[in-house]
Amino acid sequence: MNLRRTLATARRVLGQLRHDPRTIAMLLVVPCVLLTLLKYMFDGQPGAFDRIGPALLGIFPLLVMFLVTSVAMLRERTTGTLERLLTMPLGRLDLLLGYGLAFGAVALVQAALASALALGPLGVDVAGPTWLIFAVAVGDGLLGMALGLLVSAFAATEFQAVQFLPAVLLPQLLLCGLFAPRDSMATALRWASDVLPLSYAVDAMNRLTGTPGVGSAVLVDLAVIAGATLLALGLGAATLRRRTA
Amino acid sequence: MMNSLPVEDPAIRVSGLTVRRGGRPVLHGLDLEVPRGSITGLLGPSGCGKTTLLRSVVGVQRIGGGEVRVLGAPAGSAGLRDRVGYVTQAPSVYSDLTVAENLRYFAAVLGAPAGDLDRVIAQVGLEGHRDDLADRLSGGQRARVSLAAALLGAPELLILDEPTVGLDPVLRQDLWRLFRDLADQGATLLVSSHVMDEATRCDRLLLMREGRLLAHDTPAELLRSTGAADIDAAFLSLVQAAPVEISR
Repeated sequence: MNLRRTLATARRVLGQLRHDPRTIAMLLVVPCVLLTLLKYMFDGQPGAFDRIGPALLGIFPLLVMFLVTSVAMLRERTTGTLERLLTMPLGRLDLLLGYGLAFGAVALVQAALASALALGPLGVDVAGPTWLIFAVAVGDGLLGMALGLLVSAFAATEFQAVQFLPAVLLPQLLLCGLFAPRDSMATALRWASDVLPLSYAVDAMNRLTGTPGVGSAVLVDLAVIAGATLLALGLGAATLRRRTA
Repeated sequence: MMNSLPVEDPAIRVSGLTVRRGGRPVLHGLDLEVPRGSITGLLGPSGCGKTTLLRSVVGVQRIGGGEVRVLGAPAGSAGLRDRVGYVTQAPSVYSDLTVAENLRYFAAVLGAPAGDLDRVIAQVGLEGHRDDLADRLSGGQRARVSLAAALLGAPELLILDEPTVGLDPVLRQDLWRLFRDLADQGATLLVSSHVMDEATRCDRLLLMREGRLLAHDTPAELLRSTGAADIDAAFLSLVQAAPVEISR
């Protein structure tokens, strides 16, 4: 692990994004547009958006970061730049943390915009502290990034990488408690939802909606998200082999 | 002249190298040495295992057996990573960054000195394209960006996989002059090509076919021993003379 190389990598990834303003716009604007859409979709049921809004603040960063990272990393693998980097004195962690820093910064801005919109103009009422909502949203963004890095190892083409979104994230989305309370699911599915990280993101947001202050349960949720992120990053690092067949 | 230390390890020493890919043998126990401060051409038809051999020397190829030592250390070891430059066949640069941004990043990873950027851009003749996105460059220009990245930090050994493919004759001549300059300054170059007429520009040749070495000699000695008029003909006569070797 080398700070100079990690920062150079983060700067390079952000540089690539800078040349792609359309992607930046989509990253930042799409979650806000979807939140607004949902707000007025539930126009006739005032309680519904208050329940779903915060959960979505946790889900959007994860979805978007997953997609962006898996495609970016896949490109790195297929264009040969990854092989070039691995012949250079760049540690695998330098590369992964560089991506983490760059996309983490993007996740930060995205979460800030989406939270400001939801808690401000869209009038979502949460009892917990705003900074914690923000922290969970950023944590989810980083989790999405780590999962994206990991699955990119199993995709040979960009078509496959995009298919991992429904394959890896959709089951989590269905089981995370957004559509049906987790307690009401069939036992096997509840167990499954217990081990899927997105469940903790939604749990954390739900807790923050209902209870004021910094509850220990929320901190446990955050720790689970952080743990899952580190696990995915570790597994992702293991897929970056200097020697390949 | 440059490589005046007789006891020095050769730039590359390969012994008994075997590689299997997808269950099929690609390299069948290669033995070879590449002296320092020279240009060695690796010639052979497409698919004969040139890239696999180069990847083994760089240390990114999983090998089945044998040993590859580079600059006195096992290929791919950590200490070699800023001493060996590698140019893959397909240009490996970021298409969504400019030429300068690409090189600045690779220079930071290598810890190359600040002035290196201008030097390598000039060496590959891309001065007018510093701020162009790699995406907007022609294939030949992109290949030269990829080469420039490998020249950063002035590595002692350069592994170049078909660096002149698709370039016009003037550019090819310029690049071969650059390769000669680098060798004169003490660098070692291993350059693969499937264009046999590039052979005469090399100090030594490795002729490969179907994962085996047919010959390992100077161009002049190859022509003399085979009695052929050019390297193409020498290659053919070696293939015909060695049927037993091939089917072993």
